[in-house]
Amino acid sequence: MTRNEGLIFERSSPGKTGMELSALDVPPVSAKELLGEEFYRSEIQGFPEVSELEVVRHFTRLSTWNYGIDTGLYPLGSCTMKYNPRVNETVAALEGLATDHPYTPESLAQGCLKVLAQTARCLIEITGMDAISLQPAAGAQGELTGLLMMRAYHKDRNEQRRYILVPDSAHGTNPASVTIAGYEARNLKSNDRGCVGLEELGRAMTEEVAGLMLTNPNTLGIFEDQIQEIARRVHAKGGLVYMDGANMNALVGVARPGEFGVDVMHLNLHKTFSTPHGGGGPGSGPVAVKKILEPFLPAPIIEEDAEGFYRVNHDRPKSIGRVRAFYGNFGMAVRALAYILAYGPQGLRQVTEDAVLNANYVLAKLRSAYELAYDAPAMHECVFSDRRQAQHGVRTGDIAKRLIDYGFHPYTVSFPLIVSGAMMIEPTESASKAELDAFIDAMLSIAREVEEDPQIVTSAPHTTRVTRLDEATAARKPVLRWKP
Amino acid sequence: MRYLPNSPGDRTRMLNEIGLKSIEELFNQIPEELRLKRPLQVPGPFSEQEILEFFREAAKESSHEYVSLLGAGVYQHYRPVIIDVLLSRGEFLTAYTPYQAELAQGTLQALFEFQTLITQLTGMEVANASLYDGSTATNEAVLMAMRVTRRERVVLARTLHPEYREVIRTYLQNLGVKQVEVPYAPSGQIDLAQLESNLDHETAALVIQSPNFFGSIERVREIAAMTRKCGALLIVAVPEPLSLALVKEPSEADIVCGEAQSFGVPVAFGGPFAGFLATREKFVRQIPGRLVGQTVDSEGRRGFVLTLVTREQFIRREKATSNICTSQSLCALAATIYLCLLGKQGLKRLAEHNLAKTHYAAKVLASVAGFEIPFTAPYFNEFVIKTPDHAVDLLETLREGKIIGGLELERFYPELKNHLLLCVTEVVRKADIDRMAEVYRRFGSHSRTQVTEGELQAAPAGEKD
Repeated sequence: MTRNEGLIFERSSPGKTGMELSALDVPPVSAKELLGEEFYRSEIQGFPEVSELEVVRHFTRLSTWNYGIDTGLYPLGSCTMKYNPRVNETVAALEGLATDHPYTPESLAQGCLKVLAQTARCLIEITGMDAISLQPAAGAQGELTGLLMMRAYHKDRNEQRRYILVPDSAHGTNPASVTIAGYEARNLKSNDRGCVGLEELGRAMTEEVAGLMLTNPNTLGIFEDQIQEIARRVHAKGGLVYMDGANMNALVGVARPGEFGVDVMHLNLHKTFSTPHGGGGPGSGPVAVKKILEPFLPAPIIEEDAEGFYRVNHDRPKSIGRVRAFYGNFGMAVRALAYILAYGPQGLRQVTEDAVLNANYVLAKLRSAYELAYDAPAMHECVFSDRRQAQHGVRTGDIAKRLIDYGFHPYTVSFPLIVSGAMMIEPTESASKAELDAFIDAMLSIAREVEEDPQIVTSAPHTTRVTRLDEATAARKPVLRWKP
Repeated sequence: MRYLPNSPGDRTRMLNEIGLKSIEELFNQIPEELRLKRPLQVPGPFSEQEILEFFREAAKESSHEYVSLLGAGVYQHYRPVIIDVLLSRGEFLTAYTPYQAELAQGTLQALFEFQTLITQLTGMEVANASLYDGSTATNEAVLMAMRVTRRERVVLARTLHPEYREVIRTYLQNLGVKQVEVPYAPSGQIDLAQLESNLDHETAALVIQSPNFFGSIERVREIAAMTRKCGALLIVAVPEPLSLALVKEPSEADIVCGEAQSFGVPVAFGGPFAGFLATREKFVRQIPGRLVGQTVDSEGRRGFVLTLVTREQFIRREKATSNICTSQSLCALAATIYLCLLGKQGLKRLAEHNLAKTHYAAKVLASVAGFEIPFTAPYFNEFVIKTPDHAVDLLETLREGKIIGGLELERFYPELKNHLLLCVTEVVRKADIDRMAEVYRRFGSHSRTQVTEGELQAAPAGEKD
């Protein structure tokens, strides 16, 4: 039954509804008269008509075809699929926090403003930076915001710079954001340790370069241990260092980017700070900066006066402007703050320790069966290559699909691009040893299958509602909506 | 700590198995001088009970006991309980972006339904699986129009949401794009004569909003004809898409974008929301953001996948159509559930209620001597009212009676001193409007006296329905 839930439109029949309205307490009007023939619309063609129970069953059934963190281990590298505490949902839904309008007068919105200000204060302490904006709606928007600020900084000093250096191991959003910011991305080849090499950097870092975008730990899960020297060299040429904070789960409470020489960075509240991914958003991508970049932060910013009253300051003449309407994804700030409060100082450090321990445990247990991309200790994630399995015609994507049959969500497939057939595993602190052992057993078992019966791997998954989907046809002849 | 599943013993065993003696050794890669030697200075740890207390305290310092007539891009509509019941299912809430389609058919099918609903509402042929919010969706529409037309001049209506305009300005500031703003006419709509003289063959796009920031409905058909003549794309932003249940869909536009917050997404001090973007089929390869497509599995069963991914940053990197990596799936799911619940009839009836209440408020409030409705165009659930005297005093007096009486337009339009933007949705009761009229009368041109506190408190704000 639940395997055959059609589209909601296919359940529709005229006259049904899933919600009734309260009685109208003002005189009814004629929409046709008020709006006039020119503007009046008589119906929305094709719109569904179903009852409340049908809606409940429809979406409940759909949900059973999904896999979430609540379902089981979700070792998706670079995505930090940690537990999303349920109390965070409860507090984000509180009347007053979920119901205040962004144009509520300051004096009546002190609760919301306080939550934003306290979240900001905690994130500044955690990153070791000097100031922050919570406005960017997601990590990629945080990147763009940071780049626009770098641009504004150089412009303010009457400098024109064209390029941003981006290591080849970076997330795809980095070079994409560079383009949108009006810069050109220059690829920086990683060295044989999978890191930014000083020589390569020296060659690329000229006075035409506005800065370097660096992920640390990088996407291989390796800490860029030359970071101070890298920053020194970028600064020596008048450039700035942007840190993609996607991997902050390896650092919270252990090290602070503000002390590495980083000038600007973004955080992903939906990764490090446990706000739910929700099947692909909403996220939140606060941008933290050092003093020199503070004047350029998106406007407005929230300030606390001597009496403890929170004010919204729009008077920011050097600001790059708004990147999103209102205050950004406020609801995500509520959840992130609830996360920080739950753990406190020691707890936050414990999270990092557990996340790094778990990744190193997986690395140690799988390296006999799978080839490590770079033989270095892991931070919060580890990256293998499918090179050995490829000899049997099995690729990283096949192994990922076979993991589904073993009851796990796959790791991240084929990223970073500099690793042939990458298998990127990030267990996070939320995986118990017992779960990791089961995952490791599954991976080892698949490695044996690859040698003994590769076909069972290449035809996986075998246990899901649908088997492998034809992506080529979907792209060639796009069907993007239901039609009667 | 309650969220962490490993015991101290587990940790020791794991350390032993990987051949390390202490946790500190895990961080040997980080240069010694970069390691933090002190605990972070953040509050906590808090029990669950303490967390609840902390946020309940903060939530008290809010406007939750007030009746609010604020709209302006964020709309207070009743949210059926079913939405949160379904959203709280962990399979939806805690899933990642559906790259592994076989494990994410629930999210994918729901987003496919969202795309369908948006095309039906907007009269467009294709819609994406959502963007951050209305402001960024409108900006993405502008960037898309520039890609399609290969032109670098953008014309914006002054009646486009001021914060949307600010976002566009931020994004375009380094791309060498010319931006022109077209004023509004006495009707409250875009000035068509001014518009015509501002459109030229270098224009990539005209961006209008309808209903616009003043609530006025724009003449999309005429504007589309003017835009088409010069080869530019017409972008229509719709921050209040409930209007589309009664107001003719802007099907003459090239891109329709906007904000789906009205459909069951909490106001939440401005976010998270869900932007939408819909367009014609011929532009499908220039759409930013996620797209869900229908396909079949190896046994011929219907299924859904993320598709046309070659537009996206993780494949195209610096040549991508956009740097956007996420949609707002959970908010889009809320909107999908909401629209399914209301359905064709329910949404229309709700829109009629909004229209009736708004026109009741406009009639009652503007009939007070000294108050007037300055714009003449038809409106849906928002309108502008001109007050005789200091609007700020009126708003303050209303606040004493637990009413947030709208938005002062002077904040965004210096020329509109003493003009308020009012939004009247189904959550505002007739009694609230009548109570407002009472205060209005005190401020009216003939009988300006102080309102006593007693009069206002005689009719306290009730529960919102």
